[in-house]
Amino acid sequence: MYGVVHFTTGSLNMPIDKSDPNPNQSKASKFRWGELEEDDNLDFLLPPKEVIGTDENGIKKVIEYKFNDEGNKVKITTTTRVRKLAKARLNRRAVERRNWEKFGDAVHEDVGSRLTMVSTEEIILERPRAPGMKAEEIKVPGDSLAQLSKGGAVLMVCRTCGKKGDHWTSKCPYKDLAAPVETFVDKPVASEASVAASGSGKGAYVPPSMRAGAERTAGSDMRRRNDENSVRVTNLSEDTREPDLLELFRPFGAVTRVYVAMDQKTGTSRGFGFVNFVNREDAQRAINKLNGYGYDNLILRVEWATPRAN
Amino acid sequence: MRPILMKGHERPLTFLKYNRDGDLLFSCAKDHTPTVWFADNGERLGTYRGHNGAVWSCDVSRDSMRLITGSADQTVKLWNVQTGAQLYTFNFGSPARSVDFSVGDKLAVITTDPFMELTSAIHVKRIARDPTEQTEESELVIKGPQGRINRAVWGPLNRTIVSAGEDAVIRIWDSETGKLLREADKESGHKKTITSLTKSADGSHFLTGSLDKSAKLWDTRSLTLIKTYVTERPVNAVAMSPLLDHVVLGGGQDASAVTTTDHRAGKFEAKFFDKILQEEIGGVKGHFGPINALAFNPDGKSFSSGGEDGYVRLHHFDPDYFNIKI
Repeated sequence: MYGVVHFTTGSLNMPIDKSDPNPNQSKASKFRWGELEEDDNLDFLLPPKEVIGTDENGIKKVIEYKFNDEGNKVKITTTTRVRKLAKARLNRRAVERRNWEKFGDAVHEDVGSRLTMVSTEEIILERPRAPGMKAEEIKVPGDSLAQLSKGGAVLMVCRTCGKKGDHWTSKCPYKDLAAPVETFVDKPVASEASVAASGSGKGAYVPPSMRAGAERTAGSDMRRRNDENSVRVTNLSEDTREPDLLELFRPFGAVTRVYVAMDQKTGTSRGFGFVNFVNREDAQRAINKLNGYGYDNLILRVEWATPRAN
Repeated sequence: MRPILMKGHERPLTFLKYNRDGDLLFSCAKDHTPTVWFADNGERLGTYRGHNGAVWSCDVSRDSMRLITGSADQTVKLWNVQTGAQLYTFNFGSPARSVDFSVGDKLAVITTDPFMELTSAIHVKRIARDPTEQTEESELVIKGPQGRINRAVWGPLNRTIVSAGEDAVIRIWDSETGKLLREADKESGHKKTITSLTKSADGSHFLTGSLDKSAKLWDTRSLTLIKTYVTERPVNAVAMSPLLDHVVLGGGQDASAVTTTDHRAGKFEAKFFDKILQEEIGGVKGHFGPINALAFNPDGKSFSSGGEDGYVRLHHFDPDYFNIKI
């Protein structure tokens, strides 16, 4: 490894023969006292190996110095994390079994085989959440807030599928969902059944989520219900943006989505927007309090987004 | 917890079994080679080469010296656990599905699938202490149930055999005469194929999992239904904790729902339920495919799951698992 050619010996029992003219590369042979000395000479140019012991996080660092192929000094830092596995108090036979020889396909197992590895992710036993509070929903206000905080950038919201930032309503790839949204608003069960029945009656393909007896995922239910708790705000000033609406409506309750209609050409507000609440009661209170409220020298009009009969 | 991933099998897992001392884990898969791993760190110890078909189940003797495996190549083989050598081969006329050693390891119950003209059957074989004395003959052959028998296990004191299968009915047979002693009530029983069955640590009750998205807990002596656990997915594997009153269900996904799944990967989970309250405690995600096998370490401090993705995931519980309260 040091750019020195080592002479090889066939087996460790052969007599040392320095006059062997066979210049094959091989691992350092301990019997070659000539080479041994050279090793030492080079070695003490290198600083000694350091071991920074296991600290309270279980991190252990080993710093070694070597010469690489070009003869340059190289510092190698190996950081390992020592984890204590569950303590196994094994009985005597189990301890014996630990020393059994490998057999079958495991015989030729090299150390580098990646058959067994510890997962890089920490997996937890996820407790089920109370119904109506699924993990996705909790993240949604966080998402919309994050997007809004990007400086009032235009929030592309598609009204059909509710996906943010991806496409506008007219470009929605799920255009066919438009019908179910409305039917859900009025009579969810009846329309679902009729859609499914008519679909299958015609022999058309009915996706499993719309078949009779299919359970709707709570996630999409939540989205629909949120659209039912949608409040329309009109007579907004030109400068009003999503963060402003959010700040204005947040005191009334959890807000899942805010949207301000923007004029693409001028970048100003078109004067109206929508706010979706998690709870209907919060939306109702917001309407009661903010309708007629003076905001940025205009009187706001706040009402339900679609006329609510119930 | 940080599960240990073991990818020794190239095909889906079918069965997992811990030995009595809890230091070895045996895994069977469709790739013809049962494998044994150390249960603490997941290191592979060896593989048992010899089968020519998918290995459906296995069982290990109490002293961890003998392994019995049932395979789709119509044989059941006895192996020396330590060396991997084959000791004996039982030949059948159809694929062997479930194998189980009796208490004392002197007998084994083996089920075979219906195949061509043969109906499914339950065979009881005597296992000799010395493999050279092993004979092929069956002590008892029980025929009768329709459809595949997915699992047959010994009842308390080896007096009875409990079987469950595709016809969704659990049956208890007398192990000496082969007479049908009890059948599960049709009304309260499962509605679809029973895929898995596991006994409690003391054998007084057992749990069955079925494709009807539920698992049921039964009393072994009277075959009365004690509890039912409902999930959203068909249940492929069940396990009971020997330490706490927890039940784990592992499942899959209806084939018809495959194309409309959401794109999240690694989201097949093993669901934990409180055994008595029947409520869900939580789920452990991670598998990339339906979970086909579950097993608890006899000390109750770890469990492993095997999936359709060929991975075995070995989980050692965090200390707060033992403090879970509903």
